[in-house]
Parts: sequence; structure tokens; C-alpha cells
Amino acid sequence: MTLSAPGPSRNLPQYGALIAVLLANWLLFPDFFAIRLQDGRLFGSLIDVLNRGAPVALLAIGMTMVIATRGVDLSVGAVMAISGAIAATMTGAGWSLPAVLAASLAAGLLCGLWNGLLVAVLRIQPIIATLILMVAGRGIAQLVTEGQIVTFTSPALAFIGSGSFLTVPMPVVLTIVALAVTALLVRATALGLMIEAVGVNRLSSAGAGVNTPVVLVAVYVWCGLCAAVAGLIVTADIRGADANNAGLWLELDAILAVVVGGTSLLGGRFGLVLSVVGALIIQAMNTGILLSGFKPEFNLIVKAGVLLVVLLLQSPTLTLFLPRPKGARPIGTVKPPVAPTSGGAKP
Amino acid sequence: MSRKWVISAATAAAALFIGLGGVQAADKKLVVGFSQIGSESGWRAAETKTAKAEADKRGIDLKISDAQQKQENQIKAVRSFVAQGVDAIFIAPVVATGWDSVLKEAKEAKIPVVLLDRQIETKDPSLYMTAVTSDTVHEGRVAGEWLAKQTGGKCAVVELQGTVGSSPAINRKKGFDEIVAKNPGMKIIRTQSGDFTRAKGKEVMESFIKAENGGKGICAVYAHNDDMAVGAIQAIKEAGLKPGKDILVVSIDGVPDIFKAMSEGEANATVELTPNMAGPAYDALIAFKKDGKAPPKWIQTESALFTPDTAKAEYERRKDAY
Repeated sequence: MTLSAPGPSRNLPQYGALIAVLLANWLLFPDFFAIRLQDGRLFGSLIDVLNRGAPVALLAIGMTMVIATRGVDLSVGAVMAISGAIAATMTGAGWSLPAVLAASLAAGLLCGLWNGLLVAVLRIQPIIATLILMVAGRGIAQLVTEGQIVTFTSPALAFIGSGSFLTVPMPVVLTIVALAVTALLVRATALGLMIEAVGVNRLSSAGAGVNTPVVLVAVYVWCGLCAAVAGLIVTADIRGADANNAGLWLELDAILAVVVGGTSLLGGRFGLVLSVVGALIIQAMNTGILLSGFKPEFNLIVKAGVLLVVLLLQSPTLTLFLPRPKGARPIGTVKPPVAPTSGGAKP
Repeated sequence: MSRKWVISAATAAAALFIGLGGVQAADKKLVVGFSQIGSESGWRAAETKTAKAEADKRGIDLKISDAQQKQENQIKAVRSFVAQGVDAIFIAPVVATGWDSVLKEAKEAKIPVVLLDRQIETKDPSLYMTAVTSDTVHEGRVAGEWLAKQTGGKCAVVELQGTVGSSPAINRKKGFDEIVAKNPGMKIIRTQSGDFTRAKGKEVMESFIKAENGGKGICAVYAHNDDMAVGAIQAIKEAGLKPGKDILVVSIDGVPDIFKAMSEGEANATVELTPNMAGPAYDALIAFKKDGKAPPKWIQTESALFTPDTAKAEYERRKDAY
């Protein structure tokens, strides 16, 4: 427990940044926190942040697991396009919703399995192994849609994107469910510990009895599944599968969310909730820029500036100069936990 | 001896006849090689389909080469067309630069080159015969003029721009801005990039609606392409407003889905970027082959405006072409 140094201080940069960005949005746009009901669904800018942030948050959940094993999954954007393409095309061909969902999720699972086998069994470096599917995956999605934007009218599938459960938009509900399930899997069992162990040292963890190939394949499969759900959301949202653009560059946003959330790319300890917070920081900035009325040419500059500040706050070198409570260290520079109960960041 | 002579004479005559026939057939039927970029969008696929249909109409033999978004493939295709000795080469150039040397080869072979849909950058304009493209600034003007007329020159517009820095986005904004400048009652109150995609168009429109008092301050949305407009329509609906009535929707391109939206009363106007780039090119080529008269350096395609009254018929007509 002493090693993992839990407590609010370590998470301060992330929560602080999120609150700061939200407050900045509020200053730019006084109605930012205003929420009302519209057709039985929550409606407001804050809801937009959650709703639009959901796909990247979902990707970040899967990506956190992968990055914790010292890997990376570049193919998630392409997997989103594949799952969306399958969902829209099958819906258009008259398949029922359960069949459509099963096929889309199965596609995500297969993609994850492919990545996992390349990394775990063939021992190809993750960045290269997943690059293959990143490039080829979009082509597969385009093959499925035949290069067109495939639209559908099924209200059942559209519900996933723009419906609501107890007034909460479905994408937000799905993200919360995914977060809860993932947290339960990794924190209530020893799985989280094994993932961290593999990330810190694959050979040693294998020596200690961890079945590293199974752990690795599992995290890539989970990542693929999360990407498939994200793909379903964006497709259902616009009632059409746009294979050229769905999920394009979102793998980078997802990696950024994980890093902003404080998980080190060198593997080891990870923070699931913090990755979701990272995704929300990114989306809060996007929404803020849209509300602010800045010229679009400034979008990327503003984004880069804010991210730089957040990442600087986590820099091990810079944080030496900041006053810190005893025992608190930036995540990622800490040794792996020694017991399952000290599983680092709380889910 | 005489029998042998007769046979060889007959063979020679037959060979001559076949040879002549071949020459005659080549005279009749024009062969055009078309180096297409690829099929990255529905519009591009429609352009290829239309090029085939228009060639059949005129009895032209069209050879299409798909470059899969790569200039080197296009250059290879042009070289192979030159080697085949086609009557003309059409190119939809994937990028603007780097064409000079291969076009020189075509020029030396005396094969006229027509650019479709996009221009190229070259110091020597004699390398191509003509370019058939639309005027994207004009498209913006047509959309602006329609909106000015429709609203009596009084309208608070939100604009969904295309990808920042892309030439259609710059030009479609420029044309529209010209009309706004002419109408003191018209104002662009918000403008942001929707990256030419449905998803971003929807997200940006959601924010615009919130920023403008739940959409009450917005008279119309002007989208640089139809896909963003389709996304914006969904955002307007989800905010409890009626697209096409509470907020007017005007966009550019003329893809089938916007005609569907118009026929359902959810969009108000679109300016067509015609996929028929090859038709005018064939006509110019046929005229050139007939009397050697070179066409103007730029053939501008029509930027026709479409409104809901013809939308249903237009949708039926288009849905198979795309």
C-alpha cells in the first residue's frame, strides 16, 4: 500500500485539469453547466462533453489495459470503422438488432485476437503488429461498405447512439457499464496485477507463473471489443457507416487520454478512471473550442497548449520542484505493487 | 504456278481489306484512356459511372485505370495509354504538382490531355488541352444567393466549414462571404470546421445550437458539403427543433441523401457538384477531332441549385448513380 501511494494528491493534475477546462468553458460560455430535459433526454453542453467523449473514453478503457502491458493498439480507429460498417450494412440488409450487435462485437473480438496473437505468440512489437490492422482495417471497412456511406433507418440501432436510459444518453451509459465491468475484472481479481506484472517485465512475470500469452491476448481482445462498441456508437449516432472517416485518428486521442490520465507508456501501473478523465479533458476542450467561437484554425493550437500544461504537471522532472505530500509520486515512476490488494489507482 | 499467284493475290487483297477495315474502325470509334483517382467517395464512384455512361452514349471506347489514390499509378497509367496510342487521355489528378514530364510524353505523342474535376500546377499550360472543373467559389455564391433571396437578405447564419486549409473549404467560404458582404442583414454568427464528415457536422451543430440560445438565434445553417448538413439536421432534430423550418439548411454537392432529406422537408437547398465531368470533355474532344478547334482552357461545369420541389424525382434518379 505504501508503494502505490493512493490518495487525491497523485490524481490532482488530472482532476485539476478537468475542472480547470470545465471552468474555462464556463467563463467563455456562461450557460455551460445549464442542463435541461429535451424529449426525455438530458440536454446541455456538459452532457455533450460526456456524450461526445464516450467513444474516446471507451477506446481509452481498452487502451489502458494494453498500455499497461507495455503495448499499444494503433488499430482501434480502424476496428471502429469495421464494426460500424458491419452494423450498418447488416441492418440495411434486414438483420435483427441482436444479430447485428453480435456480428459487430465478434468482428471487434476477432480483430483483437489477431493483434493479440501477433504480439503474444509471434512476439511482433505491438506498434508494428497493430499498425498492420490500422492500415488494412480501414480497407476492410471500405470493402464492407463498398466505399459508400451506408445509411440505415432502424430506430433500434440508432437508439445506441442517440437514445437514452433514465434520461442519460446511451453512449454515456455504455461507457459507464464498460468502465464498471473492466474495473471489476481487473481489480476484483488478480488479472490487474498480472497485467501490470507483464508490463513491468514479461520474462520475470512468466517466470513467476503468469501465463503471459493469455494475459496479452486477453487485453488486446478486450481493447478490440471496446473499439467495436465505440464503432457502434458513432455509426448509430449518425445513422450511417462512414468507413473513410469513422474513428479516423481516434487511436491517437485514445493514447493521449491514457497518457493524460497518468498511465506510463512503459507499462506497469494503470489508472482506469483516470484514463476516462483524460478522455473527458480532451472532449471538454473540443466542446469548449466549438462554443468559444474561435476561428477553426486555432483548434489544434489551443488543444496542444492545454495538453502541454497537463503533461508538464505530470513530468517527473518538473514535479520535483513542486511541493508534494510525502510518499506521493507521479504514476508510472512507481514500482509495481506487490500484492493484489494494492492495485494502484482505484477503479 | 498461276494457281499459286491467284492465292497469294487473294491473300494480299484480303489482308489489305482487313487492314483498311481496321483503319476505318479506328477512325470511327474514339478511344479514350481515363486515369481515375480511385473510389474514395460516393461522388467519385458516381463520376466514374457517369463517364462510362456518357462514353457509351457517344460510341466512345473508354479505358479506365483506377490509381487507388496514388500519383505514381496515375503516371504509369498515362504512360501505358501513350504506348497504346489512345486518341485522348483524361486525368482526374490526385495532386496538383508533378505532372510535367509525363504530360510532355503525351504531348510528344500528339495525344490531347483533358483534366477532370481538378486543376494542376504547371508552368506550361500547353501540356493539356483543357480542364473540366466546377467553380467552387461560384458554388458558395449560388448557395448564398439562394439564402439571401429566401430570407429577404436578413439571416443569422452558422457555417460548417470543410477541412481547414482544403481548397473547396476556402473557396466555398469565399463565395458565400461575398454574398453576405452584399447583404447588410446577413451575418455569419458562428463558423467552425466539420471536416466534411457527418459525425463532426453533427457535433459542431450541437454546440452551435447551445451557444445560440438553444438554436433560437439561428436562421440558417450553411454547410460546405451535404454530409455535414445531414449531420447538422440530426443535431437540430435532437434539440427539439425542425430542420428546414426553424433552421434552414443549405449545402453543396448534391449527393442522394440530401435529396432524401429535402423530400422529407428537412433540408432546403443544395448546389450540385455534377459528377458528369466527362460529358463536356467528350464533346470538346469530338469537336477538336472534327475541325481541329481547340476548346477553351477551362470548361466550367454548371453549379445548379436544387430545392425540395424536385427532390423526390432527383433522389430516384441519383440513388443508383452513386
